[in-house]
This record gives sequence, C-alpha cells and structure tokens, in this order.
Amino acid sequence: MFDLFAKVFGRDDASKEVAKERLRLVLVHDRASLSPQAMENLKNDLLKVISEYMDIDDQGFRVDFSRHDDAMALVANIPIRSVKRQSLSK
Amino acid sequence: MGEAIVITSGKGGVGKTTTTANLGAGLAKDGHKVALIDADIGLRNLDVVMGLENRIVYDLVDVVEGFAKLKHALIKDKRFENLYLLPAAQTRDKTAVSPEQMRDLVEQMKEEFDFVLIDSPAGIEQGFKNAVAGADKALVVATPEVSSVRDADRIIGLLEAQEKHKPFLIINRIRADMVKKGDMMDIDDMIEILAIELLGVVPEDEAIVVSTNRGEPAVLNSQSRAGEAYRNIVRRLQGENVPMMKLEDESGFFGRLRKLMGFKG
Repeated sequence: MFDLFAKVFGRDDASKEVAKERLRLVLVHDRASLSPQAMENLKNDLLKVISEYMDIDDQGFRVDFSRHDDAMALVANIPIRSVKRQSLSK
Repeated sequence: MGEAIVITSGKGGVGKTTTTANLGAGLAKDGHKVALIDADIGLRNLDVVMGLENRIVYDLVDVVEGFAKLKHALIKDKRFENLYLLPAAQTRDKTAVSPEQMRDLVEQMKEEFDFVLIDSPAGIEQGFKNAVAGADKALVVATPEVSSVRDADRIIGLLEAQEKHKPFLIINRIRADMVKKGDMMDIDDMIEILAIELLGVVPEDEAIVVSTNRGEPAVLNSQSRAGEAYRNIVRRLQGENVPMMKLEDESGFFGRLRKLMGFKG
C-alpha cells in the first residue's frame, strides 16, 4: 500500500529502498559470517591454488558474495595473464 | 513455574530498557507476579526508568556472590506490589557474573514469579551471554534503521545458533509519516529482512520521553500511543491474539484533527 503510494507519486528515490538494498548486501556478508580477514585468507588461498595452473593478475583478482533473489553465490573474477603449458608427460 | 524472557537488541539506544519496564509494568497491572532483572552491569538504568533508583540497597552481583539474599535485593515497585526489580551493580563489570550463575539465579526466580524479564546490555559479548543464559524466550527490539536492523540480524543469528530461544521481533520507534513518504522501512520490510515472528510495533511517541523523565512507564498512560502498543504486546505475551495496531499518521492536517478529536484507528 505504501509502496504503491510511493510509486504513484514518483518516489523512486525513496530512501527506504536505498536502506533495504544496502542492508541486503551487508547482511549477505554478515550471515556468511566471514570477517574481512577471513575473506582475505580465502582470496589468498584461492590465489595460491589457481597460480599452480595459470599466471593470474593478483591486482585485478576479486572475490565477492553475490545475491540472486534468495540464493547466494561466491563470485570470483580472476584476470589471467597466461596459462602455463601443460606438460605432456604425466 | 514462571517464564523467563530476555529483551535484547545488539545495538544500544533502541529501547531495550524502556521495553522491559513497560512490559513488566503491564504484566504486573494484569495481576501477574513479575520480576525485572537489570543485566546491564556497570551501566544500570532500569532503576531510573522505573523510578526506583532511591531504593537500591543490594544488587545482582551481591546476590550472585552470596553477599545478599535475593529477597533482600529485590526492590518492590511503587505502583504494584506484585512487581519487583533486581538492579544491576553499578561499580562492577560484566565479568562479575557468569552465564551459569545467571542461569541458576533465573531458575530460582522462576519458582517464585510468573514472569522474569531480563534487560540485556547492548553488544554480543559476555553481558549478552549472561542475559540470555537463563531465558526461555527472547524478544529482539529493533528500530527501522539500517544499523539497528543489521545488529538485530546478528543477534537473531546468535540466538538461533543456541537452538534454545525462538526470537520474536519488536519494532520500536516507527514513524507513520516517514513510512508513508517512503523514507522509513515499514513493518513488512523489516519482517522480510529479519525473517522472524513479529510480536509488536511501537510507534515513536513523545510520551516515552516524558514518562522516562518521571520514572513512570508509559504503558500505564491511557493517552499514549506507545503505551497502547505496549499493552497489546503484554496481552500477546499472555497468549491472547491481538491484531497489530494500525500505524497512524498524526502529522498532516487530518491527522492532527483526528488526534484532537480523539479518534483511534
């Protein structure tokens, strides 16, 4: 009802929408119960593992939680400099 | 055997102590034997909100340490002879009491009282752990603000992790005029985000400031909208099914007129 009111009167900028969106994002982090430190550790571990297979740009390397409706995903953006040549012999 | 209810929030200043005082006074008015425990050791305030600050002799820590008997530390309310307060110690800190000691104390008090309400300190550390230790039920107070909702979410997570408490939400200090303009989260927004059962909604009300000034809980003031909201929560705590109060905008011309003429929604 109030949402309708806000829409009818063109309040797309209603500050409660900003509040809800910011809360959604911050709660995804909070609920995943990963501290900034733990997030950093996860990033470093991923970096270590992936570096064994390819040369990656650790400056552009990003790991973040992302929310799609009710589901949550861990999204990593990993810029690759070059892929190491696979050795043919095992 | 009574029921122990902890009033908590995570964030400070959202109305835990006011809520505890009002629910306690409301339950006592309805004839129940009620004890309030101020678990905010070092920063006690429930005594001033209740207007009982001049009667304190012994406190919670004195009882736990065996220095005073429970019946000597309990302060009888001025208005209701079936309402008691166990004040917090002011000169000690949270570590003076352990969760085990609190559990034993609350257990002992439940034998004598119908309701034991525990006013939790802000935060998630030992003071919070002490406050929830003996509780059968938890009420989480949150205002429609980002910081308060975030902290409430954290507290709900901690309570649910214990698998002992089923937390209920009390939305405090909501303003119908701001909700209407889309500048404040409404009831549905908060329930959607926090995903727990709603126990009550208390509107922002100047009468709370006045009643705190005087040390007289607003629940006893029949003119106060917040008082009415607290009376509804008190009835729900007794198992009654009371519909949620309609949020009323009293800011506009018609709102003021309605208020003047004494209409209630």
